[in-house]
Amino acid sequence: MGDRKTLQAQRISGHSGTAPGYEAQRDLKVCKLVDTTTCIGCKACEVACVEWNDMPFSPTTFDNTFQTMPETRWNFWNLIKFNEHQNPDGTIQWLMRKDQCMHCADPGCLAACPADGAIVQYANGIVDFNQENCIGCEYCISGCPFNIPRFNSATKKVYKCTLCSDRVGQGLEPACIKACPSGCLKFGTKDDMLFIANERAKQLRDTFGMEKAGVYDPQSIGGTHVIYVLHDATDPERYGGLPSNPTIPWSYTVWKWLAKPVLGTFALFGLLGVFFHYVTVGPRRPQPEPPKREETR
Amino acid sequence: MSSAIERFDDRARRSFEAIGQTEVYRGELARHPVYTRVLHWTVALFFFLALFSGFGIYLPWLFRWFTPVFGGGALNRSMHPWFGLGFVVFFFLQVLNWIKPMTWIKADTEWMKNIRKVVSGKEKLEAPETGFFNAGQKAQFWEIVVGCIAFIITGVILWIGAPTFGRLAVAVSYVIHGISALVMLGGIFIHIYLSTIGEPGTFQAMTRGTVSEAWAWTFHPAWYKEVTGRDPREAYEEAKRRMDAEYRG
Repeated sequence: MGDRKTLQAQRISGHSGTAPGYEAQRDLKVCKLVDTTTCIGCKACEVACVEWNDMPFSPTTFDNTFQTMPETRWNFWNLIKFNEHQNPDGTIQWLMRKDQCMHCADPGCLAACPADGAIVQYANGIVDFNQENCIGCEYCISGCPFNIPRFNSATKKVYKCTLCSDRVGQGLEPACIKACPSGCLKFGTKDDMLFIANERAKQLRDTFGMEKAGVYDPQSIGGTHVIYVLHDATDPERYGGLPSNPTIPWSYTVWKWLAKPVLGTFALFGLLGVFFHYVTVGPRRPQPEPPKREETR
Repeated sequence: MSSAIERFDDRARRSFEAIGQTEVYRGELARHPVYTRVLHWTVALFFFLALFSGFGIYLPWLFRWFTPVFGGGALNRSMHPWFGLGFVVFFFLQVLNWIKPMTWIKADTEWMKNIRKVVSGKEKLEAPETGFFNAGQKAQFWEIVVGCIAFIITGVILWIGAPTFGRLAVAVSYVIHGISALVMLGGIFIHIYLSTIGEPGTFQAMTRGTVSEAWAWTFHPAWYKEVTGRDPREAYEEAKRRMDAEYRG
């Protein structure tokens, strides 16, 4: 993006002040919008994800639902979760939610990861794993409030949805978006997607009588770069374990950036301690030692 | 219970005596039997494997250069729990082997009060109550016992992971595991120092298994008395007289 800005007109001749449009910048932050109210559960996005990322399909477990498999896998990053929810009035809701990495603005995986450069957050908001630097410690799994990173025991590294950072970098939309036939998936800037999502939620509330309809963009982790329109935003849990208040344990930050270096330095004092003990006090020898020099005379 | 431990330990000692031997030369005392030595160095081996592979997980940015020794960062990480398990298992045998001489006695509390004198080198001879192990050695031993318990509990949680134990348990274990390792890291410097250049004559106790009599009456007088039946103070005075005479003559 930097190079595009260098050729932006700053001043132009015959024109007082700065050039019109100077410092105008398109929003860098990208976002995927998932409208759960229009998802038809066709799983085209699942196939597109597996296809684009060149991941072989593997046998799965049938758990008496329409779901492809119970949970996402290291080589299956995008899963439509089917949930049957019974309302208090006895009616049934059949909820379909596209489950994948949420690309948090404040990513728990990144906070937990000890390996330098294994997790990267791009300026456009995409959180990506760099397997080259991953040491497979799996701390990111505990850091993630959405239970997304998956460990591959063969390569001993973790994998997850990249929001098709390779496609987005080339100006394309993610593969799942391209495949979606119902228009339930949209991709654009965060501002645009939030606008559309809020409009849609308003429409659901006003026109369709879903009083609790709303947008899922949890502020407890600074918002996400995948947002949902939900029929009932007050109870995201019903959509297959979408946390209503996702959090990241503060211990990660305190431990990693304060306690870890400080305590590590303390441990090295053991080494300094014994070294300076040797050069100041000196060793303890078995007694008796030979008499000191003066005494021999 | 304790007799069962002793029976197990005795059997182990006997079978290791059949493999190796402890040659005790004149002026020396047998300190550590073959079994204890093998156990100690096996524990040490696993400790350092776990420690060095742990470095690659604790500070990958600082120790990435070292992880190829274990086959790279990811293999390093997947082998670390096995090294740790080996350390804990063999240290457990070490506990059975040493539980008796490591039992804390009243004299140890006194020794601890006196530690400043010992560290500053003012006290040349150990207090006469100091037995097979002194209070400092016992303190380190029990620290490792506590550390191993912390390692095994938090280690299993980290090994099996968040999907089973929950995110919070892993986050907390991550901290406790690290602190336990750092305490042991600080301790190992002191241990290596005192067993080599810090107290000359000590290292051979864990290699050949013997120590000099002078070493014994200096650092572990009560143990010296127990194995020789002689008074350590008298033995020291006699040796001093002999040495003084030699220097005067």
